[in-house]
This record gives sequence, structure tokens and C-alpha cells, in this order.
Amino acid sequence: MIDRNSPVTEDELHAYVDDEIAADRRGAVEAWLASHPEDAARVAQWRAQADAIRARYGMLASEPVPARFDLDKLARGARSWRAVAAAAVIAAFLAGGVVGWMAHGASAAAPSRFDTFTAQALDAYRVYVVEVRHPVEVTGGERPHLVQWLSKRLDYELRIPELEPSGLKLVGGRLLPGPFGPAAFCMYEGPSGERFTIYYARTDSPQTAMRYRAADRFAAVYWVEHGLAYVVSGPADRERLLNVAQAAYDQIDKGTPQARP
Amino acid sequence: MGGFRQGIESAIPALRRYARALTRNVELADDLVQDTLVRALRSEHLFHGGDIRSWLYTILTNLNRNRLRALARRPALQAIDDNDAPATAGPEAGARDIERALASLVEDQRTALLLVVLEGLTYREVAEVQAVPIGTVMSRLARARMQIKAYLDGERPALRRIK
Repeated sequence: MIDRNSPVTEDELHAYVDDEIAADRRGAVEAWLASHPEDAARVAQWRAQADAIRARYGMLASEPVPARFDLDKLARGARSWRAVAAAAVIAAFLAGGVVGWMAHGASAAAPSRFDTFTAQALDAYRVYVVEVRHPVEVTGGERPHLVQWLSKRLDYELRIPELEPSGLKLVGGRLLPGPFGPAAFCMYEGPSGERFTIYYARTDSPQTAMRYRAADRFAAVYWVEHGLAYVVSGPADRERLLNVAQAAYDQIDKGTPQARP
Repeated sequence: MGGFRQGIESAIPALRRYARALTRNVELADDLVQDTLVRALRSEHLFHGGDIRSWLYTILTNLNRNRLRALARRPALQAIDDNDAPATAGPEAGARDIERALASLVEDQRTALLLVVLEGLTYREVAEVQAVPIGTVMSRLARARMQIKAYLDGERPALRRIK
């Protein structure tokens, strides 16, 4: 039971301005404002700010919609994707090269496989996660073809996990130039656009436990099993990323894939 | 299908308004809207009913955040928009002032304020768009309003004073 006469909070003042105040508190807020001129002045300022924002931008919504937003045309996809994909591959390659070089300069010893693979996976993540129209070469709708193609190029029976239970749909995948040969890269997407990727590369490193690395606002989880290095990348939310990586690991592990002879 | 397309179509004017206020740049804003539409059309299977407008605002907000992250990794190219002390006289000076005041906000605060004030979303809808609790939306709003007031009162952020 809310006391009609209890003091008005800061949140309630905002809610009052934004018409979100509970009906049974409106009277209390109005009474409070009548007897608290400083608060009344702040409320008036907030309203003036809102009026200024609406005055500046409000009329933009009545402009005619330009032809470029024709939905039929957009649905057909007007841009040539090959040029974009080629540019993105070069960008990924250059980014990988720069990071590899920096890692080399930073430590006298050669960078570990962990460093090399996670750096490359995160570079690819950064490049492709912002790509709207052409994030992948083969879409998730062609899963069997995707698995077959990438497995052939890596010469390894890849498993591309189903992450729907984690709320992620397979967008598709692409081939990347890896540091020691071709690498595979698959992308998943959640309902509001957050993206996770799985990077696969052949390695002679021994099996490892999962390792987590945060870089900037992104993070990666790395492990090696049966001659394949895996890097799951995503937004730097440790718990969520580990859950996704675990779900991927569980499915991949079930099949115990083997390198082809 | 028809309803889905129609829902998107009728949201375009509001998306353009929101994107313009978010980016304060005509071309950027329309690119953002176009990318939002392309992604929405491609993701019809991911739309589980509900308010299509909120869903579109969520996509646009996320795309803008991705864009800013990509920018942040490049060497600073961002214009330090100065020499232009806020004009203090007359209501018509208000339009440019409010634009600069919005530019001085942290992204999450600007997003929350614009969704509430310009787009008329409820606190709950904004919480869903930003994927945070309602309390966080309210504190973003409060900070945004405090910062705009400080800006309009002439207290510019310390960094901008260095010249």
C-alpha cells in the first residue's frame, strides 16, 4: 500500500514528466511540486528539454520516405556482394597480419597458438560482426553444404553445433586464410542482433582446457581437441559466452570427430 | 507476410527521425535505417510477434552501437566540435544547442532519452530495447537530463575545454 502523502522520489519526478507515473501518485506529485519550487523548476527544465528535442527532430517523421527504402528492392538485395566479401576478406587478412606482427614484437618468443588463434578469431569477429548484408559466404539455410565445404577445405570433419537452445540461429559460415592454413568461421545471431562466432583451425597442439580471453568489448573462449583449435567469440559477457561455448563444446564432443588420415 | 512488411514500412518515418537524432548526420542516419530494414527483412523468422516497432528500434540501436565500436577502434577521427560555445539568446538558438547537448551525452543515455522523449516508448519498452532493467533506464534518463542541463548552463565537459 503506497502512502499517498509519502515524499516524492527523483524517479517519480521523471515518471511524472514522461507520463509514466502511477495514477494514484499523480496527485501527490502535483502537491509536492506546488510546495517545492526547486523541484518544480527541474520538472519544467526537463519538459523544456523534451520540447526542444521534439522541435528539432519531430518533423523529420513527416518527410516523404526516399525511394532507397523501398522494401521490395531491399529484400532483393541490390548490392553486388562479391566485391564486399572480397574487401572484407582482405581486411580480415590485413587485420590478422597487424595483430600477429604486434604480438611478435611484444614478446621475443613466437606467440603461442592460443594467442595466434584467438587474435585471428577476434579480428575476424570484429570485421564480420558489423557486416549487415554479407556476413557469410554460405548461409545457415544450406547447412549440409556449409559443413561439407568447410570440412573439405580444412580436411577435417567439422561439427557446426545447433545453438537454438541458447537463442542463437546459424547465420552461416565462411572460409578464412588462417595463420597455418585455411580456417573455418561460422556465425550465429540472437533475436536482437547480438552475434557469436566459432572459429576452427587445424593444429598440432595438444588438447587443452577452455581458456577465456577478453579483448576490449569482445571476448573469446579457446580450446583444442583432436587436432582442431576452436575459438568461440562474442560480446564480453563472460557468463553468457561461457554458456554458449559450453553448449558448442558439448555438441562437438558428442561426435568425437577425427582428423582424416 | 503482408502484415510484417506493412509493420516495417509504417515504422520507416519514425526510424529515420530516431536515427537522425541519434547520429545527428543525415547520411549516416539513412544508412543506419537501411541496414536496419535489410536486417529486419532477412530476420523475419526471428521475429516472434510482439511490437514490431520496438523490435526495429532494438535492431537500429544495436547496429548503431556496433558502428560506434568500430569507430572507437580507429585512430581518433572524431571531430572535436568546438569554437562553438552554446548560444545563449533566443528560443531559435535552442535547436542547435539541443543538438550539441545531445552530442555531449554518453551513447546509452542519449539512446534512452531519445526513445522516451522523441519516440514515445514506455520505460518498459526502452528496457527491452537496451536489454537492461527499468531502474537502469531511469538512471540513464536522469543522468542525460542532468548533463543536458549542465551543458546548456555552459558547463562543458572538462576534456572539451582543452584546446
